[in-house]
Amino acid sequence: MINATTPIKAESKDLNFFYSNGTQALKGINMPLYENKITALIGPSGCGKSTFLRCFNRMHDLYPGNRYEGQIIMHPDNTNILEKGVDPIEVRMRISMVFQKPNPFPKSIYENVAYGLRVRGESNKRLLDDKVEEALKGAALWNEVKDRLQDLAFNLSGGQQQRLCIARALATDPEIMLFDEPTSALDPIATANIEELMSELRNKLTILVVTHNMQQAARISDYTAYMYLGDLIEYGDTDMIFTRPTRKETEDYITGKFG
Amino acid sequence: MNSNIQKNKASVIENLDAVRAMIKRHKRNDILFATIGLIAIMFGLLALLTLFVDLVMDGYPRFNIQFFSDFPSRRAGSAGLLSAWVGSLLVMLVTFLTAVPIGVAAGLYLEEYAPKNWFSDLIEINVSNLAGVPSIIYGLLALGLFVYGLNLGQSILTAGLTLGLLILPIVIVSTREAIRAIPIAIREAAYAVGATKWQVVKDHIVKYSQGGILTGVIIGMSRALGETAPIITIGALTFIAFLPPSPITTEVPFINFEWLSSSFTVLPIQMFNWLSRPDHAFHINAAATGAIIIVVTLLMNGTAIWLRYKIRKNIKW
Ligand SMILES: Nc1ncnc2c1ncn2[C@@H]1O[C@H](COP(=O)(O)OP(=O)(O)OP(=O)(O)O)[C@@H](O)[C@H]1O
Ligand SMILES: [Mg+2]
Repeated sequence: MINATTPIKAESKDLNFFYSNGTQALKGINMPLYENKITALIGPSGCGKSTFLRCFNRMHDLYPGNRYEGQIIMHPDNTNILEKGVDPIEVRMRISMVFQKPNPFPKSIYENVAYGLRVRGESNKRLLDDKVEEALKGAALWNEVKDRLQDLAFNLSGGQQQRLCIARALATDPEIMLFDEPTSALDPIATANIEELMSELRNKLTILVVTHNMQQAARISDYTAYMYLGDLIEYGDTDMIFTRPTRKETEDYITGKFG
Repeated sequence: MNSNIQKNKASVIENLDAVRAMIKRHKRNDILFATIGLIAIMFGLLALLTLFVDLVMDGYPRFNIQFFSDFPSRRAGSAGLLSAWVGSLLVMLVTFLTAVPIGVAAGLYLEEYAPKNWFSDLIEINVSNLAGVPSIIYGLLALGLFVYGLNLGQSILTAGLTLGLLILPIVIVSTREAIRAIPIAIREAAYAVGATKWQVVKDHIVKYSQGGILTGVIIGMSRALGETAPIITIGALTFIAFLPPSPITTEVPFINFEWLSSSFTVLPIQMFNWLSRPDHAFHINAAATGAIIIVVTLLMNGTAIWLRYKIRKNIKW
């Protein structure tokens, strides 16, 4: 079912996650992310999709008391990015994230995109200019903003803001990009733009995306994982999952019989 | 069947009448409350306005340049505010230079760095309570600590530090509130691109909370301007016919710090002194000083509102 020649970019191994209040939100998740592929995470609200996604850039470390068990191995260096000795900042420099609601900084369009490079100590104006342009082009936003790079990011529309956030995440050349319901706050046209963008980005990097929209998962992803109550119920080829799921629960969910 | 529909229609209309009557009743309450609220506001505003007009009417003969450029004098007509406003300015300078860096740093630490546990809760409760401690208590503390403990004397430095201590809780609380207003999503966005805590604090937290911090600082400063009790407690003089040495000199290194240890007076104390004289002519001076303090305070608060508006215009959350 899975193309054996595709290299694995990262894989979670027996991953458990506990919030500081003791809630176990992930239960022994084993799942690969194939390189240059889009993997979609689906499942009912509260099943742990965001929790799983946010393990990949150690976002949970920002809040005291959260605890990981198990591993997320990143290839080709075989680093366990959940290990205590691995600095979360190093992980975030390799794996970037786009959030559910567009969250640009209250700064100029240019500074929003350049920020990731600035925290890496880059101050060469020429290089920054080039990188900003490249990232904005990669996020299909360049033509709309090239004449007003110094404008405030808040003056952009919602869809443009989300593409700006993608450009910000892209500017640092990440190996993996995480998307947490990136289009749930957008209209259908902006959504189509972002979906197209993600399909193109796949050539450069590996994508893990959470979505509530079944059609979206079917349209854009190569692999799909169905989660329920912290468990990974089924994982496989997107076509397989949507046409011939092996588990009854998966079928019920994607056909809308669930709940 | 038909009669049934008729009956339904009648009951709908009857019901509608009841609903309309109820809305009318509720609307009456709206208007009633709006009126009471308006009266309450007018009461507060009128009281302030009356006070202000009264001070201006009493004090207007003294609104001239001499009043600001004359030292106090035994003759009411030629007594002026020079030493008082210079004293206030210098004391406020010390207050600003101590309360702002310490208050902002403390607020930042509490909000961003301090672990959240019973100890930080305890600090939190204490800081909030400090804002409510009567100012004369600060005067007593300062008398013991700065005047006798550290031997700073009854000086501008002592007064500035005392008022700095007094407004520290205001600065800390407004810093923390400004920081808390920053959405979690913005923080997470910054961390997600790989920023360190310090980078997040310096590039984002401090920048986006500036408006709120500044507002708190100005409101604290305008409170410090009018404070009298703690300054009297540490022993400010009420009759000062000289100026402290100038902070800026014509010789290298152009700055001197002698003014810090100079004795001084401030506006509210000068006013208090004039008010306590039996000669009515001095009361005119006091009224004029009172009006000036109110104007400066209102100007400072106005600036705070304007600055907050200016800074917040670019930040929408
Ligand atoms: N900060 C937290 N502290 C404690 N429990 C949490 C926290 N955040 C989430 N949870 C719990 O963890 C579980 C998984 O939450 P998560 O946000 O990952 O769900 P999700 O699949 O992303 O849902 P949605 O589709 O609604 O975004 C839920 O039961 C939730 O209540
Ligand atoms: Mg979620």
